[in-house]
Amino acid sequence: MDKILEVNNLKFSFKTYGGIVQSVRGVSFDVNKGEIVGIVGESGCGKSVTAQCLVRLNPEPPGFFEEGSIKYKGKEITEMSEKELRTIRGVEIGFIFQDPMTSLNPTMKVGKQIEEIFIQRKLYNKSELKEKALEILKLVGISDGERRYNQYPHELSGGMKQRIMIAIALVGQPSVVIADEPTTSLDVTIEAQILDLLKDLQNKTKTSIILITHDLGVIAKMCDRVLVMYGGKIVESGNVDDIFYSTRHPYTSGLLGSIASLETKRGVELSPIEGTPPDLFSPPPGCPFAPRCQYAMEICYNKMPPEYEISKEHKTVCWLEHEYAPDIKLPCKIRKKSEVS
Amino acid sequence: METKKQPLVQVQNLSKYFKLSKNDILKAVDDVSFEINDGETVGLVGESGCGKSTTGRCLVRLYEPTSGKVIYDGKDIFDAKSKKDKMELHKNIQMIFQNPYSSLNPRMTVKDIVGEGIRLHEKVGEKELDDRIEELLKAVGLNRDHMSRFSHEFSGGQRQRIGIARALSVDPKFIVCDEPISALDVSIQAQVLNMLKRLQRERGLTYLFIAHDLSVVKYISDKIVVMYLGMIMEQADAEELYKNPCHPYTKALLSAIPEADPDIVRNKERIKLKGEIPSPINPKECCRFVERCSYAKPICSEQIPELKTIDTNHKLACHLY
Amino acid sequence: MDNNYELKNIDKSEFRTVGKNAEKMESITRPNLTYWADAWRRIKKNKVAFISLMVIIVYIIMAIFAPMLSKYDYTAVDSSKMNQFISSEHWFGTDELGRDLWVRVWRGARVSLTIGFVATVMNTIVGGLIGGISGYYGGALDTFIMRVIDVMYGIPSLIVQILVMVVLKPGVKALIIAMCITGWIGSARFVRGEVYRLKEQDFVDAAKVLGVSNFTIIVKHLIPNIMGLIITNVTMAVPGAIFSEAFLSYIGLGIAPPECSWGVLTKTGVKMLRVYPYQLFIPAFFICTTMLALNLLGDGLRDALDPKLRGTE
Repeated sequence: MDKILEVNNLKFSFKTYGGIVQSVRGVSFDVNKGEIVGIVGESGCGKSVTAQCLVRLNPEPPGFFEEGSIKYKGKEITEMSEKELRTIRGVEIGFIFQDPMTSLNPTMKVGKQIEEIFIQRKLYNKSELKEKALEILKLVGISDGERRYNQYPHELSGGMKQRIMIAIALVGQPSVVIADEPTTSLDVTIEAQILDLLKDLQNKTKTSIILITHDLGVIAKMCDRVLVMYGGKIVESGNVDDIFYSTRHPYTSGLLGSIASLETKRGVELSPIEGTPPDLFSPPPGCPFAPRCQYAMEICYNKMPPEYEISKEHKTVCWLEHEYAPDIKLPCKIRKKSEVS
Repeated sequence: METKKQPLVQVQNLSKYFKLSKNDILKAVDDVSFEINDGETVGLVGESGCGKSTTGRCLVRLYEPTSGKVIYDGKDIFDAKSKKDKMELHKNIQMIFQNPYSSLNPRMTVKDIVGEGIRLHEKVGEKELDDRIEELLKAVGLNRDHMSRFSHEFSGGQRQRIGIARALSVDPKFIVCDEPISALDVSIQAQVLNMLKRLQRERGLTYLFIAHDLSVVKYISDKIVVMYLGMIMEQADAEELYKNPCHPYTKALLSAIPEADPDIVRNKERIKLKGEIPSPINPKECCRFVERCSYAKPICSEQIPELKTIDTNHKLACHLY
Repeated sequence: MDNNYELKNIDKSEFRTVGKNAEKMESITRPNLTYWADAWRRIKKNKVAFISLMVIIVYIIMAIFAPMLSKYDYTAVDSSKMNQFISSEHWFGTDELGRDLWVRVWRGARVSLTIGFVATVMNTIVGGLIGGISGYYGGALDTFIMRVIDVMYGIPSLIVQILVMVVLKPGVKALIIAMCITGWIGSARFVRGEVYRLKEQDFVDAAKVLGVSNFTIIVKHLIPNIMGLIITNVTMAVPGAIFSEAFLSYIGLGIAPPECSWGVLTKTGVKMLRVYPYQLFIPAFFICTTMLALNLLGDGLRDALDPKLRGTE
């Protein structure tokens, strides 16, 4: 498998008035060609900061790299100059933001904005610009492209704007696209459309996608591999079946148990995870999840657990995997259909 | 046979129009009727522009309706004119807001925020006020230490809980929950949902739960009302709606939900809706869903379908039936 | 990472199940600062704003104490000491009538600064009330008041001030009245805009649903959230008032002798410009530096008091 992105022990923090906030505390993962990797976690877990680190979008200062490396096709991102980064951002590594409202220039017509990107990235010559822009609009399922081409962003719905953002991100065939909560602000039926579109386009172009979200349903639908983040660290990683059907980390299991799905029987209590994610002003020395974990042991509060390999792809960072730990079977709400007979 | 107790809240032909300019009328809520029984939770579902938030705000009288009535405990709330009557309503009907970041005054401490309602409606001494506030905070999982803090120091989930404590502070009977968990993380959503259910049991509350997430609404509601562009498409008891959805929109909504189960979500039969959600400005007087409906017949573009009862407690507004 | 070493030395006892920790799970570790403490911290960080603040404080202290401590009186005429340059006897020299300029500058500071601040504060109160009510209630009342303001904006304020001063007797009180008649418009517009924006916030709706009266909403919910911006605006409007006073006094319609202000000093100084330039430059210097310092401070205050920036750095 071609490795497009290699992240090794990434540590990123912010200097603030109250002290240093350690947003990312030692994150390592790879992204291969053509796969969709999901990063799931809740507010404050560090997933957005991690994503933005990949193209150095975090303001530095007050942010700074404490340690670690990010290699894009062998080149070290943390050491690149602003000039080099500009050749990568948007061209080799695309980005789709959550809020399409603020990502498009409100004073420029939509068609012109798409053409601007072409010009910036030196694709196509002048005569082809409009034709290519209309092609893009068609590609993302916007009918009557001629009319939309001449409209301003505020005249389009949220779903349409997001489609255009996806189009802009995929133009020029970047190797990786980072989608930061791309459908969180959209209605459910529109979200379904957008996710279908994204999957469709990804199939055609074989672009790798890093999909960041807090919605496990989106992960289940779209991703090949999943990274679960909590308190600035990856606590579990594996392919999508591992994470949903054979979860080994109490946080992941807690997350799955707290979702109300259509299958949830009424009258059955949801099992939420009590408490609030840790304040990263002074992160605890041990596992960040310990105060909220019913299986927490003394060692969990004092020492950070190492990474344990459950299988080649499935890894978890939890003291429960140690030989001394009691044997716990984590509650599993859902079963793979083929297993239930 | 028990005589059916009168519903606590009856919404009758409620309409709210906004005049945008000389020729443009935004029909946010158009002739909506439903009932909420004492101790029940009714879920109000729909996507952007369907009018569910506007309906909720009419029920707490943040908006005056263009026409229609809302009967609470036998009396139309819009008839309350005197200060005493209005305050009585405020004591009984409260609201929980969607956005935890803008629903708390950034310059007030938690104590002030939660204590405001108590001070307004009752005469209490400082010590008793403190105790009452502490009790409310405990009920939502916070504690005395949080009383002197400001809202920006809390997470979204904690802020929402402060908002719930505020709504409970006047001891209401009916609470309109306007998308109270949409802005929260998944595991926090479950906390708040469980908390709302527990509070309902403990205090005998009645809820109108407004949401766009059908799976959440199913979990907490007894009855569900599905809205689209200001009108009710379908309403039924929760179990019935999910087992037997009739309206094309309800069916599409249910199939669009991404399930947190890879097997299910990848193999699901998806009903794909074409097009975008149209605007509620100057809508044509016909079925509001006609433009996106794959089953539309000619009559659907000409006449508004009536909300008819097709089964026990199951009402539907569709020309196909 | 010394993982191996750490792993080897783990004792089985550490694997005793302990479970959740109720205290730690809801903890907030960041420091608890009030709005003003947070703002002060940010001002201190902004060197330009902080220096400007110090300059103004120094000027105010000097304005209060310098005339008191000097052996010269600001009206004392001494024909033997006319037009003397800066010396150890007279730190700012003397003017054509032999009056000590040091005392006169600080005496003038009292007048100019007082007029500047008092007029601005009064403008803000009047304008703020009108703008606040207009913004909160909206509708026809709002439209009417805004049209009145639009009309008044069209009239050059200086002309109105001149007319008022012609009618009233020159002096501090008259000047303040003249400046108030036109000066309230700025704050009215600005407060109205802020109130308009704030009243759409959910916390205002929440207060309404609780049953809080409109008046209490304006006073307890809206005003505290605008306070920071009002203070910034006042700071940046004072230079305008100081300048208006200087101008009006310069053309003879402001402060009348024997009282002196910076404007009066500039007027007398200009006569001597060709021969004794220091008599103009010294008061002009103080007018300029005060206006500059207030503007820079205002800039810094705007950042320091912006509620959106709270807790995000």
